[in-house]
Amino acid sequence: MKSGIVSYGAYVPRYRIRPKDIGAVWGADGEAMGRGLNIRSKSVPGPDEDVITISVEAARSCMAKVDVEPTDVGAIYVGSESHPYAVKPTATIVAEAIGAAPVMTAADYEFACKAGTAAIQTCMGLTLSGMCKYGMAIGSDTSQGAPGDALEYSASAGGAAFLVGTDGVIATLDHTVSYTTDTPDFWRREGQRYPSHGGRFTGEPAYFRHVVGCAQLLFKRTGTTAEDYDYAVFHQPNGKFPVRAGKQLGFKEAQMDTGLLVRDIGNTYSGAILVGLCAILDEAEPGDRIFAVGYGSGAGSDAFDLTVTDGIQKLRRDGRSMKAMIEDAKFIDYATYAKYRGKILLREGSA
Amino acid sequence: MRDVAVIGVGETAFGELWDRSFRDLGIEAGLRAIQDAKVTADEIDALYVGNMSAGKFVDQEHVSALVADYSGLADQHLPTVRVEGGGACGAIALLQARLAIASGMHDIVVVGGAEKMTDVGDVQAAQILAGTADQEWETVFGATFAGLYAMMARRHMYEFGTTREQLAAVAVKNHRNGALNPNAQFQREITLETVLQAPWVAEPLGLFDCAPLSDGAVALVLCGMDRARKYTDRPVRIAGSGQASDFVALHDRRDLTTMDATVIAGKRAMQEASFEPKDIQVAEVHDNFTITEILAIEDLRFVPKGKGGPATEEGFTALNGKITVNPSGGLKARGQPVGATGVAQAVEIVRQLRGEAGKRQVTGAERGLTHTLGGTGATAVVHLFERGD
Repeated sequence: MKSGIVSYGAYVPRYRIRPKDIGAVWGADGEAMGRGLNIRSKSVPGPDEDVITISVEAARSCMAKVDVEPTDVGAIYVGSESHPYAVKPTATIVAEAIGAAPVMTAADYEFACKAGTAAIQTCMGLTLSGMCKYGMAIGSDTSQGAPGDALEYSASAGGAAFLVGTDGVIATLDHTVSYTTDTPDFWRREGQRYPSHGGRFTGEPAYFRHVVGCAQLLFKRTGTTAEDYDYAVFHQPNGKFPVRAGKQLGFKEAQMDTGLLVRDIGNTYSGAILVGLCAILDEAEPGDRIFAVGYGSGAGSDAFDLTVTDGIQKLRRDGRSMKAMIEDAKFIDYATYAKYRGKILLREGSA
Repeated sequence: MRDVAVIGVGETAFGELWDRSFRDLGIEAGLRAIQDAKVTADEIDALYVGNMSAGKFVDQEHVSALVADYSGLADQHLPTVRVEGGGACGAIALLQARLAIASGMHDIVVVGGAEKMTDVGDVQAAQILAGTADQEWETVFGATFAGLYAMMARRHMYEFGTTREQLAAVAVKNHRNGALNPNAQFQREITLETVLQAPWVAEPLGLFDCAPLSDGAVALVLCGMDRARKYTDRPVRIAGSGQASDFVALHDRRDLTTMDATVIAGKRAMQEASFEPKDIQVAEVHDNFTITEILAIEDLRFVPKGKGGPATEEGFTALNGKITVNPSGGLKARGQPVGATGVAQAVEIVRQLRGEAGKRQVTGAERGLTHTLGGTGATAVVHLFERGD
């Protein structure tokens, strides 16, 4: 018996801002910055959007594709580094919103950008063991980049939900491996509004060591090479890192293109690899094999080897696709962005 | 004065060595030098360490005793000395170690140089480096290190017609040499266009006009020449040394396009060795910025004042050119672990004079020079070496 993905759904806010418009405010060459990061625009959450609304949208879209009783969803885990509450879960609100409560378990996860893939692994265990019929794993973020910091060009918002189970599987999760060390490349302490990062330390010793290390471990475990896969998707903090890591591992750009959404929507942190995976599942055919490696700062990687089943043909994929969501973009200027992101100090008592 | 020779050299790779600590690096370089020299722990009389700012980079002071300790020398109870002189600390440590042997006080001395710069963010690292300029009169008013060197470059362009392309030629040459050095931080050649199109750091200096932040350590073993042959068939003799200082703040200097400290340190070293610039086949000069190498080759009288740019462009200083400058790749491509710089330059010259420089070997290298700066030229040290076999 294998567990796998039963359904999926994503949500990305429609507001976008271009690197050029961010750079203009800080006296930087935003266009060059964008080229360097391989990012054309990033998504911006609207003033009434947060990790809860994004997670609920993604979860509803996920449930709409299948005929699964919400009460059969016995576990919901929401991975994020921007949960609206420090104490009080996002997952319970999602559970109520899709009608899964109360006979179920729920929790919020945090492992920088890989809390969502950690949630998938938890759901694999729960459903394989029979502790619950379905589990829902969500990764979603409204990530923070300090004004003027390099992160501001990429930190964006979005998320995806995956229904995991052993029944009605559209893509089997054939193998998963993880690679974890204590590597402080990026962090935000309690009470801090914006994260800190180790500059160039976030590259080679952090992202590349873990992503490439974890991917090689999965190759070894599965006896596969890059050529065995139709699609590959990696955590995408920018458009440069995943492509470089992929090429190091032997993947071609054509295998990585579908899942590389960061170019248009920026880095959705906990949502990043998951929305990429959604874009792949939107077009995948039975028999397709998918290679996915997430990354979370601090640091660790989770890698998955998936095979798309015939079940995907029964999935209602006629709803709003990732492609449509990305194309439905409303570009805003920096002033609007600053307002939406709560960066403007308002009079006390005003909304 | 008693003649002093280099009998052993050791180095780590230079680069962003994320998984190596300051002490790891110091130990590796030190042990390699000691092995190369074939001396035993009880033969070592003293340790001199060039280090600019371990206190700020890794919160560790008192690195002189620390390096001896972690190299397994604690029970030898050696006198250990840490030397600080901005970017020139390694070169000054070498000079002090030489004097200690020349005086007859010691016979065998280990000279180390090390810096671990990537444990702090790049902005903080730049601030630490700027600490070697005048804090009250320069950095407090917003001057950065690159900004101060940019002013020298601007003036050189104005006075002598030096071009951006000529500055860039320094970076292209040093990367070409670095590509031949398996221990260099950057082992890739770059094109003139890459240098010219890079973003500005401080106009007219772009990203590729600047040396990187690096981790790395190097070490030398010095010995009285009278005893050197006991350890090696190929001792390299230190033929002359000169050190000079100048106004710390750039605006107090006599001339923005001449570093008087370099001129004087060079003359002192040449006088002691009875060398002329034309006697030198290979030189490692301070190239923390491209303009710095141009100033150095002029101030060391390899080329007339103002001709450093065209000379570089024409290949005068290329590998096996008229005089090879920075065959290691220099600070630009080999890397710039600040405290290690002066010692690293000496290691390269020793390898060149021993004929051990591999693909970057300068043909017929008999005499070599190192030139190291502290700050924006408030300290300059020149050492001259010749084959002692």
